[in-house]
Formats: sequence, structure tokens, C-alpha cells
Amino acid sequence: MWTAVLTISLIALLAGLILSYANRSLPSDSNNLVEQVNELLPQTQCAQCGYPGCRPYAVAVVESGIAINLCPPGGDETVQRLASLLGKEALPLAEQSRPGRNVAVIDEALCIGCIHCRSACPVDAIIGAHQLMHTVIEVECTGCELCIEPCPVDCISMRSLS
Amino acid sequence: MSAPTYDLGKLHGGLRLQAHKQMSTAEPIRQVPVPAQLILPITQHAGDPAQPVVDIGEHVLKGQLIAKCEDALGAPVHASSSGKVIAIEPWPVSRRYGEDAPCIVIECDGEDTAIESDEDFAAYDTLSSEALLNRILQGGIVGLGGAVFPTAQKLMQANTCDIEFLILNGVECEPYISCDDVLMREHGRQVIGGAQILMHALSIDACYIAVESDKPIAIRNLAEVLGEVDDPRIVIKQVPTIYPSGGEDQLVQLVTNREVPSGGLPGDVACLVQNVGTAAAIHHWMVDHEPLISRITTVTGDGIATPMNVEARLGTTVENIVKFAGGYTENADQLIIGGPMTGKSVTSDRVPLVKATNCILVMSQTAPAKPEMPCIRCGDCAAVCPVQLLPQQLFWYTCADDEKKMRSHGLIDCIECGCCDLICPSHIPLTANFRTAKARIREQADEKARAERARHRFEARNDRLERSQQQRDEELARQKATARRAGPDAIAEILRRKQDKTDED
Repeated sequence: MWTAVLTISLIALLAGLILSYANRSLPSDSNNLVEQVNELLPQTQCAQCGYPGCRPYAVAVVESGIAINLCPPGGDETVQRLASLLGKEALPLAEQSRPGRNVAVIDEALCIGCIHCRSACPVDAIIGAHQLMHTVIEVECTGCELCIEPCPVDCISMRSLS
Repeated sequence: MSAPTYDLGKLHGGLRLQAHKQMSTAEPIRQVPVPAQLILPITQHAGDPAQPVVDIGEHVLKGQLIAKCEDALGAPVHASSSGKVIAIEPWPVSRRYGEDAPCIVIECDGEDTAIESDEDFAAYDTLSSEALLNRILQGGIVGLGGAVFPTAQKLMQANTCDIEFLILNGVECEPYISCDDVLMREHGRQVIGGAQILMHALSIDACYIAVESDKPIAIRNLAEVLGEVDDPRIVIKQVPTIYPSGGEDQLVQLVTNREVPSGGLPGDVACLVQNVGTAAAIHHWMVDHEPLISRITTVTGDGIATPMNVEARLGTTVENIVKFAGGYTENADQLIIGGPMTGKSVTSDRVPLVKATNCILVMSQTAPAKPEMPCIRCGDCAAVCPVQLLPQQLFWYTCADDEKKMRSHGLIDCIECGCCDLICPSHIPLTANFRTAKARIREQADEKARAERARHRFEARNDRLERSQQQRDEELARQKATARRAGPDAIAEILRRKQDKTDED
């Protein structure tokens, strides 16, 4: 009987050692998980979640266990998908966002060419130079609204595309 | 006279439908007079809208360009008659549901003066393939079978593949519609001429004209013309009368026994399909130099007093055309633009005739739709599906909104022919379901592509900011090192110079 107990214990010990070694030396899949979470996020880079972009939020969700319902542009659908990916509860959105696709529009008659909005745009969707009128590249705009606040003459507004 | 050939591939499924075509083919094609007002939508093709090039108040002539496209992805629009542009405004159209589209409204002067062109019209066979395609583009020619894909663009795509056969689609398998039938009966020469021009554009020597077996007069007429023209490159193929044998991929399968791969184009199996109406329009443009400003359309259904085929100017309202065909009968109830299977029901007859309008169908009161019942998994829908999908299974997945499964079961390949709807004993509106699901999948794919793009741009921007920060740091370090090398005296000297300069100011 003791032989059996000893054999099983040895096998268990060996398996435990191999597993703990593998855990330490092989790269963890948290990076992979961050990528997966990032994939589900809408990539508006709007920072409404409190992080400076979608990837940083994905990192925070995976590594610090931050709530998954902080992404208004993604909507409830994104929360659902994140919940099923991470095995968490799908809470309702902390903050609702406007439905449909919105883009920023610069009132070109009012624009003074200060380039503040250009520097604020996370996806380089605003073009323009000092003292010259700026404009938004509509197809590239993610509707993050980050350009509205820095504008000194309030000439940027959001327009719904749907 | 060359006899039609019968060696054919096999079409899966399909249905034999009541044709209802005789009612409109008894009389020859009648010309609808030019109306007092023409309404020409700037989007009469699949693609980006054309841009108007005329102003309100401007006088235009028949055949004059009134809206052009910047690139080959569209088709220009020409004035269908002479008159004055009185408005460019939204108007109800049949293409979109409940939405008005921008249209150019012309008040006709009744003189119908054609534009004198100073262009040099070279014979098509002296032109290079590229020049010929450009001419076809300028004629505003689009696929007249109903999909209105710009013909020049389709030919351009085809020229990138190795095309072996041109197939002219004269099948017209949908019930009620007979405009291609009468075209082949009366304008066979134009169809054959168009085929020759298309073969020249594609630099190929083989063309099949596929005609359904229920159009014996059209076949006989085409064969007669072919005998006169004596062009051995063109062969007429008679295909069985089964709906939807006129679908592009289905026709390729029938005529050449080659299967167009999922998500592919007929070009992948060395074929190009064009509607016979398109071929005739190309001939009309290249030989008679009239752009696409009119088309033959079938006005039919039991809600029309005298069903017939008419040739009308584009922009004529449906109201005018119906009036020409004797008006509505007492129990006319539903107006459909297109055929009963794939057409769109519209609520107003103010919509204009456009390049896509192959049929104006007015139905009398029909029995109310039977209530939908649960699927009993009989599999009849799978037996009739011409694309060999499993509609009952797809229905299951559309209900569950399971995108992965919908894709793996080939929802994207559904041609929305409506066969499964007709055969379903539980009266489930399968096609409508699939149409919505397809739209949703397309939308999600668009969104995903946009997100991916935004991510790339965000990352590229971060990289760039990091790089410039690093450059600035390096520059600073370099300057510091230079200053340190120069020693404290040099620094004091520089500071003194700066102080002097400030004092001067």
C-alpha cells in the first residue's frame, strides 16, 4: 500500500514542480488577453473611461481588474462581450453615450488656426497649420470629442452621421 | 440561321413559377411621349452619387451631360430631353425606403432637341480596349438587369482576369417582367451588335446569349439576326425556364458548368455576364451616339388596365407611364418597382423611371399574408435553394444572432431570390430575415474595419510622439555636452551677450 501512496505522491510532486517551473519561465498570456480585450474595444481613443486610449484601458481591465462598464462608445454590446470573455458580470454602462456614429465638425469660418485641437486628436484626424484653417478628416474621426474642450473659440461641434 | 444549343450545366433547386408574361408581350413596344417634367436622380447606379454640372435655370439639350462622376466608380447622368433645369432637390425615389434622393428636375420645352456633339466618334473597332471602356463610361451605361453596376467598371475588373466567355443574360426568369424578351424580339440587331462591341472591349472571341426556353420568338429573332450578321463567335443557348436561372452566378453555372466560388465573381471562372439590355444600350451609344436616356420597361400586373412594354425617357414618373398604359384598374392595390420576387414596394407613383426600373408592377388586393408558424425542419427550403445553402439552419442562427455560424453556413452567398419563402409550409419570411442579418453583418464588419484603422492611427501617433520626444531629449543632451566641453568662461560670455541684447531692446 505504501508503495502506491509513495508513487502517487512522487508523481504529484514532479507534476507540481514542472508546472511551477513552466509558470515562471514561460511568458504569461496576460499580454494575449490584453490584445483580446483591446480587440473588443471600439478604438475611439476617447479616454472617457479615464485612461488615455483603448489599449491602456484594456491593460487596466486585465491587470488591475478595473470595471468593464466604463466604455460609453462601445455600448452595452461591448460590455456583454467583455463579460463573456473575462467571465465577469455584465453590469449596465456607467455612462450612456449618444447612439450612432458621430463626427466632429469644425466651423471653418470661426477657426483661428491655433492647432490646439490638432494636438488633442488621438488619431490624427485633424489637419491644419498655424494661423490657417483646420478641418476634420471625416472618415478618420472616431467621434471621441477630445478636440471640443481645447478649442478657444468653441467652433467644433459633433454631427451625427446616421 | 444558327440553331440554339442545349448542352448545359446543372442548376440546383429553383422553382417553376407562374410566368404571367403573356399579358404584357401581346403588343409591340410602345413609346411613351416625353412628359412635361423629367425627374433625374443623380444616383442611378451602384456607387457614389454623380455631381450635378448644371445650374438651376440653365437650358439643357437632349443627351447633354447634367451630372458627372469624378472617377470610374460611378456613371454620369444625361438629360433625357431638352428643357430648363428648374430645381435640384430631394424627390421620392424607388431605390431607398422612405427616403428622398437628390434629383435634377427638368421642365421640358417639348422640342426634344438633341445636343450636337463636336466629339469625334471613331468606330468602336478602331479604339483600344481602354479608350472603348472610357467611351462606355461616358455614355452613362450601367447594368440594366436591375443591379445597375457601372458597366465600364465591371469590364475594367473583368480585364484584370483572364476572361474566356462573354455571357449575355436574356434569361429574365422573374415572373411578370418581359422587357428583355421584347427587346430581343424587336431589337435583336442591337443586342448582337452590343455583344460584338463587348467582345472587342474584352479582346475575346466567344459569346453566349442565354435565353429562357419560354421565349421562342426572341430566340427565333436572335437566330435570324445572327444568320444575317454571320458571326460564328456568338452562340445562342437556350436555358430551362426555372427561377432563378437568370441570377449571375446561376447563369454561369448553367451555361458553362463552372461554379463561381463563394464570395467570388464570374471573372474567377473566366466569365463575364452582361444583361442583353446593357448590350443594346452600349450599341445604341457607340453606333447611334445616344447616351443612356431611355429604357424599355414592363408595365404589368392585374392592377394595370392594358399591360404592355413601353420605352420611356429616364425621369418620366411612374404616374405618367401608368397613365399611358390605360391607368390603374379599380382594384389596384400595391405598386412594386421591379418584379414580384425581388422588387420593392413603393407608396407613391411620383417616383421616376430610372436606369434600374425594369418593371412597374401593380397588383390588385392579394390575400393577407398567412401567419408565420414555427419551423418544422422539413428541409424543403434547402431543396429549392439555388446556392445550396441550408435556409432552415441559417434561420436558426439568425434568430440566435450567431455571426460565426451564419458566416460558416454561407449567409453571405444568399442571393435573396425568395425561393425558400415561397416553398416554406410555415410561411416564415426567410429572405427578409437573411437580408436584415446580412446588413447587420456588413455593418459590424465596417465598424470593425474602422476600429482597426483608428487603432493603427492611434498607435502610429503614439510612436511619432515618442520619437519626437526622444529626438528632443537627444538634442538637449547634445547641447548640454557642447556647453560642458566649452567650459564655464564660454557660458559666461554667452550669457553676457544675451544680457547686452536685452538691454539694447
